[in-house]
Amino acid sequence: MDKFTTLTGIAAPMPLVNIDTDMIIPKQFLKTIKRSGLGANLFDEMRFDRQGNEVPDFVLNQEAYRSAEILVAGDNFGCGSSREHAPWAIKDFGIRCVISTSFADIFYNNCFKNGILPIALPKEVVDVLMTDAEKGANARMTVDLESQTVTTSDGEVFSFEVDAFKKHCLLEGLDDIGLTMAKADSIKSFEAQAAQARPWV
Amino acid sequence: MSPKTLYDKIWDAHVAHEAEDGTCLLYIDRHLVHEVTSPQAFEGLRMAGRPVHAPDKTIAVPDHNVPTTLDRANAATMTEDSRVQVAALDKNAKDFGIHYYPVSDIRQGIVHIVGPEQGWTLPGMTVVCGDSHTATHGAFGALAHGIGTSEVEHVLATQTLIQKKSKNMKVEITGKLRPGVTAKDITLSVIGKTGTAGGTGYVIEYCGEAIRDLSMEGRMTVCNMAIEGGARAGLIAPDEKTFEYCKGRPHAPKGAQWEAAEAWWKTLYSDDDAHWDEVITIVGEDIAPVVTWGTSPEDVLPITATVPSADDFEGGKVGAAQRSLDYMGLTPGTPLSDIEIDTVFIGSCTNGRIEDLRAAAEVLKGKKIKVKRAMVVPGSGLVRAQAEEEGLADIFKEAGFEWRLAGCSMCLAMNPDQLSEGERCASTSNRNFEGRQGYKGRTHLVSPGMAAAAAITGKLTDVRELM
Repeated sequence: MDKFTTLTGIAAPMPLVNIDTDMIIPKQFLKTIKRSGLGANLFDEMRFDRQGNEVPDFVLNQEAYRSAEILVAGDNFGCGSSREHAPWAIKDFGIRCVISTSFADIFYNNCFKNGILPIALPKEVVDVLMTDAEKGANARMTVDLESQTVTTSDGEVFSFEVDAFKKHCLLEGLDDIGLTMAKADSIKSFEAQAAQARPWV
Repeated sequence: MSPKTLYDKIWDAHVAHEAEDGTCLLYIDRHLVHEVTSPQAFEGLRMAGRPVHAPDKTIAVPDHNVPTTLDRANAATMTEDSRVQVAALDKNAKDFGIHYYPVSDIRQGIVHIVGPEQGWTLPGMTVVCGDSHTATHGAFGALAHGIGTSEVEHVLATQTLIQKKSKNMKVEITGKLRPGVTAKDITLSVIGKTGTAGGTGYVIEYCGEAIRDLSMEGRMTVCNMAIEGGARAGLIAPDEKTFEYCKGRPHAPKGAQWEAAEAWWKTLYSDDDAHWDEVITIVGEDIAPVVTWGTSPEDVLPITATVPSADDFEGGKVGAAQRSLDYMGLTPGTPLSDIEIDTVFIGSCTNGRIEDLRAAAEVLKGKKIKVKRAMVVPGSGLVRAQAEEEGLADIFKEAGFEWRLAGCSMCLAMNPDQLSEGERCASTSNRNFEGRQGYKGRTHLVSPGMAAAAAITGKLTDVRELM
């Protein structure tokens, strides 16, 4: 997995609440058997019309935000389906950090598996960051995972919370499966005990 | 011993390893797999040269992409990319030696309907699937939730998940439901009250007389939409109804093992003085048949209400409500029962079980549809066969419904079953998101009886008027 340490980049504002995974990557793009290439269809039905032309007022079609690396969004980002295609599309587009007041559980976990940092902050802080993002391409935000801070283009610093284990995995780019396999003995002994206790499983 | 919730008990029975910070390896008893969220996971295993850790606990079935038309045995009914995805599942199931129900098998259907039907899902288990509606299996008192593809690969490789424990929420539905009110109305009403993020960070246990009175099918409908309320999982404590449903299923335990299993299952309930982080109580008699008007499952109102205005909301929801109204083509103040419907869809892991088809057929009996099209997509081949045996299929067909083969179909419209632009659908599915059932399609979520009522009148209709 790609590491996430610090990121300084353009932040795109999407002040819509309940941005669901069907919006992030509509189902017609889930028929792939690969992880790559989904960025072209990120937010497809908001970003393009039926003929495939860009919708000019959609934020990522605006010149200032075409190379955004941070997304600042409304409440409950990523609700809906478990499709990991959503973080795959976000990352493939070039976005490595999403900031909101809250995230849907499965989407939130999926981000960490893909080197994306989701940051949940109180509404009043997200409001400040949203306003900062609305300044356009000159307003570059900095996200530092080690120190758990977001710094606005004006130098205002906000701290965020993140689970220590998830932070460690992201900073080091660790592979979960490898980590778990190192605990194979625990799994084996659990299985032996469970086979006694619940042989019908 | 300190008092525990049902969730605490199942959790504690499945912790294979706990780190100092509380990060656990949770052992997974059943891993359900479908064609859309698994190909990259199997590819990951191949690249690392890893086998499936517990193939006997892994069950696969194609459901999202499969056509539901009667000619689907003909490969030409599928688009090339769908065909490739289903073929990949065929191959992965064979290569890795996992249980498999291919499209040609009568037991094929929506993964969350097949699991319980075949007795794979049992009380006290941990069940995961690369699908958010895995919450369905919570109806059995199983801890069940959706996972992403990386986690699918993790479970395939290790039979565990890296997890931290969620908080406990109790949702109690007291008393009796009024006539015409169903499990779907309960679960939508809960989301209407809590919002789609209200359950974030929690596992919900649904309890109370109205929940106990539900059949297993109804309980599955309630738990299915726990995810729409943002919860990690929904649970209902197992009881005699649960045991009765499980007994004799192909993969349920038999003989002495059944006795042992049932004895343990009977300990799976929340202790009286268990700690709840959040408690929500809804009076069963207060729940009405409901519909959604917007593009979030929290946009729920009784069928007797009128379309709201964006001004009725606060904060970020004002803009979202306006966007929903524009998308749905609705004018504030319009009675919901005046909204004309083009299409009716009955099916999905929310409402594609036999009881759902019975409820719809009851309303439809001897009547004809007024909508442009209506389809019934049974949740599995076995549900379909049973509905035919009970004469329900004839009622649907005589009313003008298409009688389809099993699959997810128009719930997420990955197969050819889609709404066209502006087409308005009364649907028994679970999500009314923009574009969910087709580009610019408009979805109103309802119960099976309400869907049938809309089919007959051509408008959203209070099913109680037809009873």
